[in-house]
Amino acid sequence: MAFDGEPVLSGVDLMVARGEVVVLLGPSGCGKSTLLRAVAGLEQPLAGRVLWDGEDLTDMPTHQRGFGLVFQDHALFGHRDVAGNVAFGLRVAGLAAEARAHRVARSLALVGLEGFEGRRVDTLSGGEAQRVALARSLAAAPRLLMLDEPLGSLDRSLRERLTAELGVLLRRLGLAALHVTHDHDEAFALADRIAVLGAGRIDRIGTPDEVWDDPGTVHAARCLGHENLVGLDDAGRCALGRLGSGPGIVLLRSDSLSVGAPGEGVSAVVAATSRRSGRMVAHVLVGDLEVRVPVDESIHGVRVGDPVGLVMGHDAVVPLSS
Amino acid sequence: MIRLRAALAAVAVLVPAAFLGVFFLYPVGSILVRGLGADGLDRLIELPGRASFRSVAWFTLWQAVVSTVLTVVVALPGAHLLARRRFRGRSLLRAAATVPFVLPTVVVGGAFLALFERLGLADGPLRLTRTAWAILAAHVFFNVAVVLRTVGTFWEGLDPRAVEQARVLGASPAQAFRWVTWPRLWPAVAAASSIVFLFCFTSFGVVLVLGGPTRATLETEVWRHAVFRGDLASATALALVQLAAVVAMVVVTNRLQRRRAVTQRVVRRALPPRASGRLLAGNLALLGVVLGLPIAVLVERSLTRANVGGFTLDHYGALADRVNLLPVSALGALRNSLVFAVVAAGLAVLVGGLASVVVVHGRRAVARAFDLGMMLPLGASAVTVGFGMLIALSEPPLDFRSSRWLVPVAHALIGVPFVMRVVVPTLRGIDVRLREAAATLGATPARVRREIDLPIAARALAVGAGFSFAVSLGEFGATSFLPRHPDRLTAPLALFRLLSQPGDALRGQAMALAVVLMLVTALSVLAIEGWGRRGTVRGDL
Repeated sequence: MAFDGEPVLSGVDLMVARGEVVVLLGPSGCGKSTLLRAVAGLEQPLAGRVLWDGEDLTDMPTHQRGFGLVFQDHALFGHRDVAGNVAFGLRVAGLAAEARAHRVARSLALVGLEGFEGRRVDTLSGGEAQRVALARSLAAAPRLLMLDEPLGSLDRSLRERLTAELGVLLRRLGLAALHVTHDHDEAFALADRIAVLGAGRIDRIGTPDEVWDDPGTVHAARCLGHENLVGLDDAGRCALGRLGSGPGIVLLRSDSLSVGAPGEGVSAVVAATSRRSGRMVAHVLVGDLEVRVPVDESIHGVRVGDPVGLVMGHDAVVPLSS
Repeated sequence: MIRLRAALAAVAVLVPAAFLGVFFLYPVGSILVRGLGADGLDRLIELPGRASFRSVAWFTLWQAVVSTVLTVVVALPGAHLLARRRFRGRSLLRAAATVPFVLPTVVVGGAFLALFERLGLADGPLRLTRTAWAILAAHVFFNVAVVLRTVGTFWEGLDPRAVEQARVLGASPAQAFRWVTWPRLWPAVAAASSIVFLFCFTSFGVVLVLGGPTRATLETEVWRHAVFRGDLASATALALVQLAAVVAMVVVTNRLQRRRAVTQRVVRRALPPRASGRLLAGNLALLGVVLGLPIAVLVERSLTRANVGGFTLDHYGALADRVNLLPVSALGALRNSLVFAVVAAGLAVLVGGLASVVVVHGRRAVARAFDLGMMLPLGASAVTVGFGMLIALSEPPLDFRSSRWLVPVAHALIGVPFVMRVVVPTLRGIDVRLREAAATLGATPARVRREIDLPIAARALAVGAGFSFAVSLGEFGATSFLPRHPDRLTAPLALFRLLSQPGDALRGQAMALAVVLMLVTALSVLAIEGWGRRGTVRGDL
């Protein structure tokens, strides 16, 4: 996959099983959307193939592939009402008006928009518009549903709610789905498998637990939301002691770290505290190394300036390749 | 200081107002007064009863309709190519396709005469010269650029993902166009069509050269009655009918454009996909035949003699010679045209520049009146301008018959709208923060105007001057009505006379003159356009 000689994607090998939700996770500009467009047939790859059940679709025009694609800013047809948008794929397929109306109503019900048929699309809120776009793709009964950052333009709380709804819906319909996002929370909420994309290739692919426990590369660790990446010197040492056998970067998994009383583990000082999704996070300093550690406030709280002990579980240190 | 500013403001309002009043409103008013006066009204009422009038009116209408439809059909694929595909030479194609639009009408007429002769279609059973087909072909040639540019630009602004979404949902390319693109594109097509229709309806030079006496439109009939027969009463009645039709069309066009402005929504642009070889080749072939062939044959004809092989520059050499048909040599006519064009451009920049300042900075009512009023000469046909001047300015109190400067004044009248179309958006587009920044740095309002507005506007004024220059060089319609000084013949008029006579030497000389006129016009427009694009000049024709 290349544009004007500059490859955007290369060596991507990805398989989606029926009923499986695969999330492509990566920063903007890493080629996620391009991959979706290539699968949809909107871009022609320079090399490589798109297969479905062993059938080569690489040269098949978009409209014959039977794949659905939901765009980030929903791309609703402004000159049609909600029903007209949702019915589009059915009209193209030549379905009779009555059957169409029935399927439209059912698709709208799926996304929780019963009775929206007659609404003009420019009167919809951002969340409603995105649901209509989803209903439009679902109504056409695609064999693969692709979602290109469908929630990217919504505000955070709405995004979280819709992410949960979308996960339930995809499971219920048992569709093969390929979902693109740069938000690791969204990825963990939806995916059966996560593929982390970096610089045009897949860095790491696996179930959410697999990729979280062992991201493999520094880039993948950052994309997945890991914060404690620690550089080691030539002897494999850092402020926490010897964590490896040579120079490099290791990951400290925050779910294997905890804050203990002074004297436990490595002695540290709380430099700052913050909250993530309500949970307290302590930023502790060991020498000049800052480590972020979740705090279980039901056991004991911490205050800035407190001397504490940083306790690391046996599987806390994960070596990464750059 | 305040008194000085008030005086300057008065000048900015009065000069353009006087110019428009004396040279356009008064002449058009004279047409109305004469045409609707006692004698004139009788003439007007008996017009519909005349079979000759009915056939002329009918031909004017249907040729405009058919020309418009053909133009849209030819230009739409190209508009799609320019709007939605990426290919090497895209901007070159856009520029090249614009060239026909700025060519003098008489040159285009000459090019098609040459084309028909070359294809053996000038005489015999398949004769195209002096037929409606010739006029239709030339109108398509002229106006493809209008559709290509207006529809192409609008198309580019449409969100490409709507079509992609339709394709993903199973629509074939044709279905996606019909159901998704067309419903949003048609207002732009309608607006472009109405402009093309207006151009074709008021087409003059092309019809005169290619239609001959048998194929006449309202415009050419006004000219024939006024200049050829000296029947001013009939000419006035015809001009009134023409004026009413044009006003009606301009109103409709404005409606459509307002509608277009509402529906246009600019979207984030992604890199469009590369054009496939077939799409590119098909489009280039179509545009090449419609736009390139007449020009190519014109150039070829100017370099050859009938019945003799090989190329020759003799026709170009002959441009300096006197021929009996013309009071001056073709080269002399060209020199006249250049002088007139420079004067016209200067006048247009002066009047248009002042009017632009009034439109942007003036009081609201005055600004609106100027915005509309100064555009009128462009909306009204060149024949209205010329004929109005002919009847109004040849007798006291305003007798300019003996003035050789009436020609550049008429040209400037048509050039002013072009200047304003470039200068007004540029002035409006100047970032307020630039002025504010200058003011906070201690610049007085006058200083701000001098340091910020003037340098930016200067570029726009130069672009406007370039367009006025090109328009003046090729202007034929209005000029053909104006009092003639034999030794002040312009190049398009000389070309028209040369074309109206048979004979290889004259024809060759005509083609050589047409090529020179074409080159000067096209080069001036392309240079100005390329230069203006690089700066902060906004606005389009």
